[in-house]
Amino acid sequence: MSSRFLGNSIKFNNVYIVSTGTTCGPLEFQGPLGTYFDKGFNDHHCGEDSFEKAERKMLRDSLDICLKREKLKYKDIDIYLGGDLMNQNTTVHYLAREITKPFIGIYGACSSFALSMGLSSLLIEAGFVNQAIAMVSSHNATAERQYRYPVEYGVQKKPTTTFTATGAVSTLLTHQPTQVRVESLTLGRVIDYSQDDPNDMGRAMAPAAFDTITTHFQDLKRSFKDYDLVVTGDLSTYGHQILKEMLQRQKIDVVHYNDCGCMLYDTQKQEVFQGGSGCACSALVTMGYLYPQLKEKKLKRVLVVATGALLSPMMSAQKESIPCVAHAISLEVVE
Amino acid sequence: MDRKEYDRLAEELKPGGHRVKNGLNAFLYGGVIGAIAQGLLEFFMNAYHCSEKDAIPMMTITLVFVACLLTGLGLYDNIAKHAGAGTFIPITGFANSMTSSALDSKSEGLIMGIGSNMFKLGGTVITYGIVSASLLGVIRYVFTLFG
Repeated sequence: MSSRFLGNSIKFNNVYIVSTGTTCGPLEFQGPLGTYFDKGFNDHHCGEDSFEKAERKMLRDSLDICLKREKLKYKDIDIYLGGDLMNQNTTVHYLAREITKPFIGIYGACSSFALSMGLSSLLIEAGFVNQAIAMVSSHNATAERQYRYPVEYGVQKKPTTTFTATGAVSTLLTHQPTQVRVESLTLGRVIDYSQDDPNDMGRAMAPAAFDTITTHFQDLKRSFKDYDLVVTGDLSTYGHQILKEMLQRQKIDVVHYNDCGCMLYDTQKQEVFQGGSGCACSALVTMGYLYPQLKEKKLKRVLVVATGALLSPMMSAQKESIPCVAHAISLEVVE
Repeated sequence: MDRKEYDRLAEELKPGGHRVKNGLNAFLYGGVIGAIAQGLLEFFMNAYHCSEKDAIPMMTITLVFVACLLTGLGLYDNIAKHAGAGTFIPITGFANSMTSSALDSKSEGLIMGIGSNMFKLGGTVITYGIVSASLLGVIRYVFTLFG
């Protein structure tokens, strides 16, 4: 085995990105990054009779696009890892019925993107598998329904609210060299700063992002300057301001930093409150927008810190605060 | 950074709400709904030559029907995001809570979906409506014993 954990982080030498497939909903397609995604749907039903089935269709399409690019079939992949926001990981597990290969369902709320990529990378780096697919999805209507209110319920949302992104992303990873590699992983700790407002996820998750970023820098002896871009997953406008301030108060120089939730939408024109959230948010921005720039060498190395609020509506009703987590992966151009 | 310091920092950066604007909007939208309701009431009293007592249910049912229809057409939440309490407090809010819950669960069928979920949000209004009505009834009865 070539790598070992340094603190909470590990460096990879043999994990490469082969291909990706990105699908999204109408608002994401109309957003500033819309043209970068492989397929956009005009409505939230995606031609299906329920929102849950629509989310699964988006995920299936992203997987098909990802595999078709390399002329591969479902059976050619050694293992699949995936997660979504639904109870029982509904979307990925119900799709896994069609896959007929080993499948691991993972849950990290909105951090599932980095977690699935990181765990797939660990399996490849260790030499257990040659090819793995990491996939995630989220859908605004299914998430609203499970975590908040019915879709058509007339309620005035708080200004701190974030908007769950509709989309799905599948990524094929392998041990054979390509243009871009997964360079490192920092697994996050679950952090709870006693925040209990389910309509203010940015504020709840910022401390988890802070913990993972500082741990990553400490473990690998790096700083913001070692990256062309550092993105957090879905802290949104408010949350990313808090994080910036937290880092600056620790005398950390914050440069080249942005948040996927602010990049996916035009927060001034589109009605998304503080910005995007959900598993698909960081996944769409990273694999749809940043990955092509890495391939073209416009960016050399990026750090993606996917943040997740591990909230249970039941525990929120029992007045418990929200545990949060952030997992980080770095992607690098292969020279 | 400890939790107290974090809360102070987060409060400093918190995006401002539009309390005055929301309050004014709620007043206006709520007022318009009230005026429409009064108009309907007088219309029914004149058209059917009935008493106010008989016209009130007709007016209420009309408002509920319109709120349900607008919810089904996907328009109600677009109005409510501006109106806030203006559409939430009148009976239109209750109608919307039931219709939106029913719409949301229609994919699970008539029994496990619509039937069991329709009162998911509105149920609490009914429960505590009945509880408080019973309590007030008891209090009123006690007063009449001495009054």
